[in-house]
Amino acid sequence: MRRSGARRAAGARNDAPRAVVGSGPAGRFLFGASVVLLCVWVLVPIYLLLVNALSSPQEVTGFPKRFVPSFDFGSIRFFASFAGVAQALWNSIAVAALTMVMSLGLGAPAGYALSRFEFPGKEWFRMIVVMTRAFPLPLLALPLAIFFIRTGLDDTALGLAVVHTVLAIPFATLITFSLFSGVPLELEEAAWTLGCTRWQAFHKVVLPLVLPGIAASAVFAFIVSWNEVFAAAVLTVQNRTLPAFLVQSLNVSPLHLKFAGGAALVVPALVFIFAVRRYLFAMWGIASR
Amino acid sequence: MRAKALPYLLVLPATLFLLVFFVYPALQIGVLAVSGPEGLTLRHLQTMAGHWKFGPALRWTLLLAAVVVPVQLALALGMASIVDRLKAGRDTVLYVFAIPLGLSDLAAGIIWLAIFEQSGFLNSVLLHLGVIERPVLFLGYQNVWVIFLAVVLAEVWRATAIVMVILVSGMGLIPKEYDEAGQVFGASAWQRFTRITLPLLRPSLQSALILRTLNAFEVFAVVIALGGTTLPVLMGETYQWQFMLRDRNVAAAYALVILGISVASTLFYLRALRVPRGATL
Amino acid sequence: MKTTLRFLAGMAFALVMAAQAVSAQVLFWSTQASPIEETQRMRELVLAGFPGGVNFQAQDTGPFYTRLEAELASGRGEIGVVGALHGDLAIYVDSWVDLSGVDLGGIAVSEAFMELGRLGTDEQKYLPWMQANYVMAANRQALEYLPEGADLDALTYEELVAWAANIHEATGVPRFGFPAGPQGLRHRFFQGFLLPSFTGSTVTRFRSAEAEAAWELFKELWQHTNPASTNYGFMQEPLLTGDVWVAFDHIARLADAFNQRPDDFVAFPAPAGPVGRAFMPVLAGVAVPVTAPDMEASLALVEYLMQPETQVATLLATNFYPTVDAPLPEDLPPAARALGPAINTMTSSPDALPALLPVGLGELGGQFNQVYIDTFERIVLANQPIRTVLDEQAAVLRDLMVQANAPCWLPDEPSVGACPVD
Repeated sequence: MRRSGARRAAGARNDAPRAVVGSGPAGRFLFGASVVLLCVWVLVPIYLLLVNALSSPQEVTGFPKRFVPSFDFGSIRFFASFAGVAQALWNSIAVAALTMVMSLGLGAPAGYALSRFEFPGKEWFRMIVVMTRAFPLPLLALPLAIFFIRTGLDDTALGLAVVHTVLAIPFATLITFSLFSGVPLELEEAAWTLGCTRWQAFHKVVLPLVLPGIAASAVFAFIVSWNEVFAAAVLTVQNRTLPAFLVQSLNVSPLHLKFAGGAALVVPALVFIFAVRRYLFAMWGIASR
Repeated sequence: MRAKALPYLLVLPATLFLLVFFVYPALQIGVLAVSGPEGLTLRHLQTMAGHWKFGPALRWTLLLAAVVVPVQLALALGMASIVDRLKAGRDTVLYVFAIPLGLSDLAAGIIWLAIFEQSGFLNSVLLHLGVIERPVLFLGYQNVWVIFLAVVLAEVWRATAIVMVILVSGMGLIPKEYDEAGQVFGASAWQRFTRITLPLLRPSLQSALILRTLNAFEVFAVVIALGGTTLPVLMGETYQWQFMLRDRNVAAAYALVILGISVASTLFYLRALRVPRGATL
Repeated sequence: MKTTLRFLAGMAFALVMAAQAVSAQVLFWSTQASPIEETQRMRELVLAGFPGGVNFQAQDTGPFYTRLEAELASGRGEIGVVGALHGDLAIYVDSWVDLSGVDLGGIAVSEAFMELGRLGTDEQKYLPWMQANYVMAANRQALEYLPEGADLDALTYEELVAWAANIHEATGVPRFGFPAGPQGLRHRFFQGFLLPSFTGSTVTRFRSAEAEAAWELFKELWQHTNPASTNYGFMQEPLLTGDVWVAFDHIARLADAFNQRPDDFVAFPAPAGPVGRAFMPVLAGVAVPVTAPDMEASLALVEYLMQPETQVATLLATNFYPTVDAPLPEDLPPAARALGPAINTMTSSPDALPALLPVGLGELGGQFNQVYIDTFERIVLANQPIRTVLDEQAAVLRDLMVQANAPCWLPDEPSVGACPVD
């Protein structure tokens, strides 16, 4: 940190590099403008998705495209009347919930161990965890399916959740690791000296601080499980999840249904993120120590 | 509880789980890549490397990752800083920034195709504004670089939220006092950001970069949607060999290539962004 | 947050523990009728009448193969009946139950299709379920640019090129469309339409001078083809948006255009070359895997699918035509009314030259198709010299045929042993 000293701060600010975003009115305007710009950048394609989902088939294939939806609910109505959607939705929720629980249950302790301890095999473990995201799932699906059929895990929510957990563990482990690394050991040690057991110190002191990491891991676990198609299509046949049930058909369907289906599939994920959004950001910094 | 055994006990469940459900099937596939009826062989790797689409697929995948990841990192850092600085409306803005997370990459591909295709939204806008008289073909196979840019744009839009959410979750733990101390000492906002925030964000940066880069090497759905067969990528070739050409050994060879570049980049991030133990400052 | 987590965990476990629906339905595992409206119609119109119920699930090829292989490898499965194209069924020729015993009553099934259904063995490995074809479709606006003296129902390839050139010149934009995207059926065009029309053969005269002429002509046609064709999988979409005015594709992938705006489009046969008007039918079959859980129910479903009433319902659901002699109703949807006559005109024209689906390639079918796709991409997209590409690809094709040890099929002359590549 530059030791500019109080002189510089109090006096001439001219020779310090000008802040792009200062606290003056110009700075505030720039800040506000960039917030608005980024929000627009994110929201416009979503809006276009909605426009197409709520337009008639002729408008979806027409040119030039309209930018205002005509509120033709035909496409949406089609999905509402599509038999089996409700059951598939339920199955998806079950699998996603199981994935969240399992990935956090397995990943958070591992993240803690990675951040606090040096032990032989640590790098190997970290590598294995990360490599689950490096291996193409369509190839893994075959040996896994054979294994599941032989052990009875086939066509169960638990079986599919196991596969999704394999995909979600890297998120849970690495994110909790990065957050545990940000909590100084001194806090835990202070708790120990005050009479807490290791678990109590963890539970009462560290865990609340790591809540954003847990929330982020839960979000990723849910999203990964919710949107996963291939393993779901192979490992569930009678009790299909929503992507296995819909997405493959949507890929080869007429354009207006692709949009309506895509919009319908994204809504529950958006609802979930909405529910946990405030936990993603720690409300408090660590108090000075 | 013996302190020495504690770390092993903590990682044991995850290790066992991954050994059974990941390592074992992955080894089976990996073995396929180097074995045949005659025993150990490099034949499949040679087939893969000799195929005319291997080189382009590898190059495009690496190039895509090399362009997209830094852009997303910068953008995500900006978004995370904004969220950090906001007082009112933080929850809403954070939610808006995180919305693309909920979309599958298939849906993102469909949306951006609807924007870029010949009768799509971009052409409609340009037509309304009078910039063009008839629709422009952006995604023709002759302009590979335009397709590449379109893919970059779509990927940046889709996946920046991944990096951002990880960074935001780590940012909240940075003590405000350091930033305030920096202000007292006259450091500009940029200096505070690069000298205080970034170093403290290192663990989150490492995690976010590893996860995002590995995901980038498996890019598939968006490329297929926007580029069709024009822009080969590693994951697409894997799919092709496994299901169309029915050669599981060469598909496994491709998987090993993806694994190889993933390991290499992970090691790079682990070294470059090494996180000191205990996070003492 | 904690209570939310606990709630979700509890609910998840409850759902897992709850009795899973044990289904007495037959699982019908299919790659066909995949578009979502077709799936809906299959379930509601075609399969609803089957006693015991059918769970119809349509898949992409990836999950389709993976699940099937997993069940076959582990010896147990839930799939009762498989519905797929000839080429897919040929891959697992050893895994299908012999269907010769299925009682077809007095139903007349095309003998040529039954022969294909034996997959080169002497058991009936699959029953021909439904058939389709490839035709051409055009926007009515394009008709005024037809060359002088050209008959829409009897075009030649040269006339097609001239037509496309006229449209290109008049509108300033190339408007011929071709399904050259990753899901497009471009290989069937080259195997069954373009090459046989010029050479009279699919495999044997792959690198002949006539084949060279065919590719020259296609390159010329490509000048007037919408370059976005490398993205197209289903020509109905670009036809509807107006990006394309003349297109070639599978009838099921043109149907939506005709159903949405029947008065704007017209269907007509594929063009003819010097040797004839070559075409390749599409054949889908139903088979029963050896791991089917309830063999009786599976065989009953197969029999049900072959009944004339079911076949007609299948036509209404999927735009695929019956393989049995079934009287067609009066009120067909616009797509069937437009596309059916085009197929008939093509298959019964005086210069018709049927090209059969590959037989005996088994697992190598995909690599066989890839030869033609690579040839197209190298010659037309990458502009490599035609003679060099043909020679190199012919070598690949030769190796493939030897490896598969597959004898020639129509339109090639029968061979002893592997089909030769001159």
